[in-house]
Amino acid sequence: MERSERIMDHIYLDHAATTPMDKRVIDAMNPIYQDVFGNPSSVHSFGRKARQLLDEARRVLASSIRANEKEIIFTSGGTEADNLALIGTAKANRHLGNHIITTQQEHHAALHTAEYLEKEGFDVTYLPVSVDGKIQVEDVKQALTEETILVSIMYVNNETGVIQPIKEVAELINEHQAYFHTDAVQAFGLLDIDVKELGIDLLTVSAHKINGPKGIGFLYASENVKLSALQFGGEQERKRRPGTENVVGAVGFQKAVELAMENKENRRVEYQKFKDLFLRILESEGVHFEINGKEEDTVPAIVNISFPGTNVETLLTNFDLAGIAASSGSACTAGSVEPSHVLSAIYGENNECTTNSIRFSFGIFNTEENITEAAHRVAKIINRLTA
Amino acid sequence: MNENKNTRVVVGMSGGVDSSVAALLLKEQGYDVVGIFMKNWDDTDEFGVCTATEDFDDVVRVCNQLDIPYYAVNFEKQYWDKVFTYFLDEYKAGRTPNPDVMCNKEIKFKAFLDHALSLGADYLATGHYAQVRENDGNIEMLRGVDDNKDQTYFLNQLTEDVLQKVMFPLGHLPKSKVRELAKEAGLVTATKKDSTGICFIGERNFKEFLSEYLPAQPGEMQTMDGVVKGRHDGLMYYTIGQRQGLGIGGAGDPWFVVGKNLKDNVLYVEQGYHNEKLYSDELIATDVNWINPDVIQDTFTCTAKFRYRQQDSGVKVHVLDNGNVRVVFDEKQRAITPGQAVVFYEGDVCLGGGTIDEVIKDQQALDYVG
Repeated sequence: MERSERIMDHIYLDHAATTPMDKRVIDAMNPIYQDVFGNPSSVHSFGRKARQLLDEARRVLASSIRANEKEIIFTSGGTEADNLALIGTAKANRHLGNHIITTQQEHHAALHTAEYLEKEGFDVTYLPVSVDGKIQVEDVKQALTEETILVSIMYVNNETGVIQPIKEVAELINEHQAYFHTDAVQAFGLLDIDVKELGIDLLTVSAHKINGPKGIGFLYASENVKLSALQFGGEQERKRRPGTENVVGAVGFQKAVELAMENKENRRVEYQKFKDLFLRILESEGVHFEINGKEEDTVPAIVNISFPGTNVETLLTNFDLAGIAASSGSACTAGSVEPSHVLSAIYGENNECTTNSIRFSFGIFNTEENITEAAHRVAKIINRLTA
Repeated sequence: MNENKNTRVVVGMSGGVDSSVAALLLKEQGYDVVGIFMKNWDDTDEFGVCTATEDFDDVVRVCNQLDIPYYAVNFEKQYWDKVFTYFLDEYKAGRTPNPDVMCNKEIKFKAFLDHALSLGADYLATGHYAQVRENDGNIEMLRGVDDNKDQTYFLNQLTEDVLQKVMFPLGHLPKSKVRELAKEAGLVTATKKDSTGICFIGERNFKEFLSEYLPAQPGEMQTMDGVVKGRHDGLMYYTIGQRQGLGIGGAGDPWFVVGKNLKDNVLYVEQGYHNEKLYSDELIATDVNWINPDVIQDTFTCTAKFRYRQQDSGVKVHVLDNGNVRVVFDEKQRAITPGQAVVFYEGDVCLGGGTIDEVIKDQQALDYVG
């Protein structure tokens, strides 16, 4: 290996895992840390000041998806929001039926929750995924029964970036008793989301994926949704999620949402440019690769690439040593390679794509310069490994 | 110092004190150090707990203390195919295999070395107690200076090509000094207990472990003259020279395993530690590796170890036409065991070794030892 590969700037291409905070978000949060410490539930000026900020944040979050502010439940993040959506509705509506529909390619926050509900006695259908990375509306239709109380399908897959047919599924379920939940963690900030127009009952959003702080997210739950709480305590979040609120987090979240709404269109264009540039350089460097999921149906920020003849362990280690931060859906903890469950759902379990695919995801840390540099470094590594 | 900065060394880290200190020393010498944990075996229990997860956690903590990057790599499949399969096959054949020798040959210094090189490493380092030295154009492997910890016995199958790319940063240190260095540096692994036994069995009961993979066939224990002394639980559970676990009481000297009859499923036992049936004067070894083949003559004298942590014994080695060796002992040896390694030394230089295949006494192969 050439020494030049070793001493370099680190380039972040893992924005789907988490994002750096926007400086303006930090600037919005700092004075709150300094000056506002009250408990929003307190009946004095300190509490009211905090409550004001929380209400304001809630209004902004609600309007970003055209919801009513009473429909926003603050949570600790996307995982908790998914848990609350699935377990909360399953428990509250069991008298209406015992069946839940989700997909094989959900984020583990939803998938493992569905598996937990299965253990609790619910019947769960896990819909398959087509080779284009999408679930089929027809499959949802086939799976629906009189017993179905919840359909949970992610908006954009976090590994492939493929946009799912959310509107069509929502339309299908419209006349059915089942609630429709979508985990929109990867969609929010890039796609236009109008929960009323789409007919979505529950929706998950996380702050740290949109340049906001970690530790806060929200679940939108339409007013008609019956939801059991998963934790007990005070009256916060209308008892659906008790616990003293994370006011400073909410303020940061609000700022991140405002910026996301302002810049949605620009970011789509910019990230698409990054993606095209990245792929073009790989091609021109003679790298052999395949894109997972139908490219036209992916969000601009995510591209998932299979590099035949390689494996994720060697790739990710080499990338990191060369200063490139990316990731794969196959978890490698303590050296155990679990093939990506998403790619396994798409291609079948023993397909080599499940262990040779890398997700690159773009965001505000990127520029044309560092995307160009990153693509050259990646190409060099792949070409060395496959030579 | 400055040159070391441009030399990338991948350290195989197990989460133990030895590999932690190996990484520490290389880091202090200014190398571009990368820590990699290797997972070869999955022992995840019903609660999802796996020793590898805990060990990797220690690797993470040590690497963070040293401020070096860390990664993990999985060789479960290779380990199963190359080491565990061999391990079971040897037991099936009534022999006593040495999986650590095979692991070093096939995994640590082959698959893992290849992985390190694919990461742009110039060297692979491990926490083994052994030394590499260049001498007159040859790369030699020497014993670790700590006699009690020397691990060249397990490394006898390495070749000069491999050793060229290997560093053993602990080879010149006594174990006590390694612990001391770990403590001084405040490494979280400083007081961690050394792992014992075969890595994939760990602290578990060996018999229980083996019975999960090989059906045990109980049979008779007999003296060499055919006197039945009891029952055995399955020949694979016993090794030549073993005293424990026979359950033969009575007067006189204790009883020892002296051999096995695979065909009739009989375990041979005799009385007395120094029973003559346990002694032999020659052996034939197969799968012989010479670290520096060009210095090996057809016949030469040197010293040898027939088991780990045994004193060296004087031998005369005859290299046979097929590459195997006939090893003639200066003095009779007790409990030479087929399947174990015989490793040759000239002074502190490890010449290489092979697998004990046949044990000979008075020019006769001792069929009863396997």
